[in-house]
Amino acid sequence: MIRWLLGPIGLCLAAMQALAADPVTIGVGYLGVAGTRSTLSLVEQPADNDGVAGAKLAIEDNNTTGKFLNQRFVLEERRIKEGEDVVQAATALAEHNGFVITNLPADALLKVADALRDRGTLLFNAGAIDERLREADCRANVIHSAPTRSMLADALGQYLVWKRWPRWLLVVGSHDEDKLYADALRRAATRFGAKIVQERTFEDTGGARRTDSGVTLIQRQMPVFTQQAPAYDVLVAADESEVFAAYLPYRTWDPRPVAGSAGLVPRSWDAAQDQWGATQMQNRFMKLNSRRMTALDMQAWTAVRMIGEATSRTNSGDVKKVTDFIKGPDFSVAAFKGTKLTLRDWNLQLRQPILLVDGRMVVSVSPQEGFLHQVSELDTLGYDRPESKCKLK
Amino acid sequence: MWRVGLLSGLVLVAAPAHAFIAYVSNEKSNTVSVIDTDSWTVTKTIKVGQRPRGIEFTRDGKFVMVAVGDDDTIQVIDAKTQAVVDTLPSGPDPELFTQDAAGKTLYVANENDNTVTVIDLEKRARLGDIQVGVEPEGMTISPDGKILINTSETTNMAHFIDTASRQIVANVLVDARPRFAEFKHDASELWVSSEIGGTVSIVDPQKHEVIGKVNFEIPGLRKEAIQPVGIGMTKDDKTAFVALGPANRVAVVDVATRKVTKYLLVGQRVWHMAFTPDEKYLLVTNGVSNDVSVIDVAAQKVIKTIQVGELPWGITIAP
Repeated sequence: MIRWLLGPIGLCLAAMQALAADPVTIGVGYLGVAGTRSTLSLVEQPADNDGVAGAKLAIEDNNTTGKFLNQRFVLEERRIKEGEDVVQAATALAEHNGFVITNLPADALLKVADALRDRGTLLFNAGAIDERLREADCRANVIHSAPTRSMLADALGQYLVWKRWPRWLLVVGSHDEDKLYADALRRAATRFGAKIVQERTFEDTGGARRTDSGVTLIQRQMPVFTQQAPAYDVLVAADESEVFAAYLPYRTWDPRPVAGSAGLVPRSWDAAQDQWGATQMQNRFMKLNSRRMTALDMQAWTAVRMIGEATSRTNSGDVKKVTDFIKGPDFSVAAFKGTKLTLRDWNLQLRQPILLVDGRMVVSVSPQEGFLHQVSELDTLGYDRPESKCKLK
Repeated sequence: MWRVGLLSGLVLVAAPAHAFIAYVSNEKSNTVSVIDTDSWTVTKTIKVGQRPRGIEFTRDGKFVMVAVGDDDTIQVIDAKTQAVVDTLPSGPDPELFTQDAAGKTLYVANENDNTVTVIDLEKRARLGDIQVGVEPEGMTISPDGKILINTSETTNMAHFIDTASRQIVANVLVDARPRFAEFKHDASELWVSSEIGGTVSIVDPQKHEVIGKVNFEIPGLRKEAIQPVGIGMTKDDKTAFVALGPANRVAVVDVATRKVTKYLLVGQRVWHMAFTPDEKYLLVTNGVSNDVSVIDVAAQKVIKTIQVGELPWGITIAP
């Protein structure tokens, strides 16, 4: 009672007094990998500024708010090329930025987190969905605005069970991340009462993703690959490597819908999302970046908005103060998902609804109705506190 | 039945102004439903522009203004002919608006470009813009007309704007996603609802400080479902009604103690509300169940549900 009374009063007074002074500058770094990876679908090919474009919009949003609080946000971007030292790049960014948004592979992120630990820099993982970063390899200086594989898989699983498509034909790619996604999907099936009737592996034999005579061959391969399956309701594909999943819709031997890495896909965000006031945000993004907003853009936007939310609530640009507030019990952020997003205090993962999208529309949003939880229904997605192996250090 | 007939006959003779006319904007069906509060039926459905939301009578009661966000304008409906007769030059994506006491100046929140647009209602001309926070939404004006309030949803502030100079004089941080603001009639407090924060902040308009909050708790309902939006306050400033969105309830709040005394179950996803001028009834729009609930203000009971268009959002009642 006393605390919330005092907070805003102090804030308002401080804001008034500060108006004449120089603005407080809050530096935010963005550390990513140069280049983008190839996707099967040309329309899904990420833009070169995928991710950082979301951070840029959030910096603008924070600055609009910041002008009323005498705070100024500055973004410094750094992309590392192959062979470059990620720790060196991160350390250079941390020189003038108390907060660094990252889109890095898990191992690189861990190296950076450990190198910057004593410096007090707060990292936001906007890109990596690996479970282990929130479990055995969790770090006290890394906040995750990206969802995890299990959150994505559970979001899809809940919907398929709600839709009464409980028999899944699981097709898994041959790369490591495909297998990790398959693990998450198996776990989702077990948790929500679906049955994987059979598993098949799609071997990556190499080759180009785009060829002049491609479609003819694919049209012959995919029905053959999916024939003689036991009775199933939906084909669930685990293909993070973009090798085959996008070829499956409309080409399965039996006429069945496809979900997972193609067809109905779970994502933190989509260009088609227009609920809960998202249209304004989509328009702002389009105006600034001349393209539509992706999930990675949204994860970076959310990370930078989390910083802005904390600097305005604490009326401070002090990294320690802001970090404590973000990790504290009063923190929440609004991100056009119909509910406030909060942090799981046991592993610093941002709780969030997950959209199920088909490339043109948002089909549904999980958690689905009826999946209940004693703390937050958002905790029906992903690993929950009692299962967590994370010890923050 | 006989008794009712006799009574209304009597009323007709004694006070013919008993029936009021309510206008409801239907966000999805691009229509405005006209409700007669005597028969509690929809008497007309008016086709308007795309995505109608904010809706308000002009002070003289002759026109109804409705913000059609996806057409980037405000349409004017003639209350006599119940047809769209004009448009106002609002900025892009108008959502909510307010007018001064004289009904001469209109202030519009433009969600898309972080501005409030000022419009001369007589000349129907744009007078200027005021830069505010990210996604301006809630709009209200102080009873003396000197201070305009705008809430910005992503900046999470109530901006106090001097209507004479059109300058921001104060910014008060409130809880997440402030959507609606309402002054007490005696101007001593400003109430601001925060949809994602799940609270109503009470602001001292002189000191520009949050001096209290209304919290909501509904047994058996998850906290996230409580999303306060529209606020209505009785003229005696004793009772406030707060629409709680997907909680499907309107909270009755004792203004003095700032405590909820009752939750009234209404339709699904309750958005906004309007009192009849005699303050006997409060009408609330239910976005998902496509209807309007009628609350008996004295009895604090829901007495009626009226089907309207798809996704009803805003409501206004003839003065």
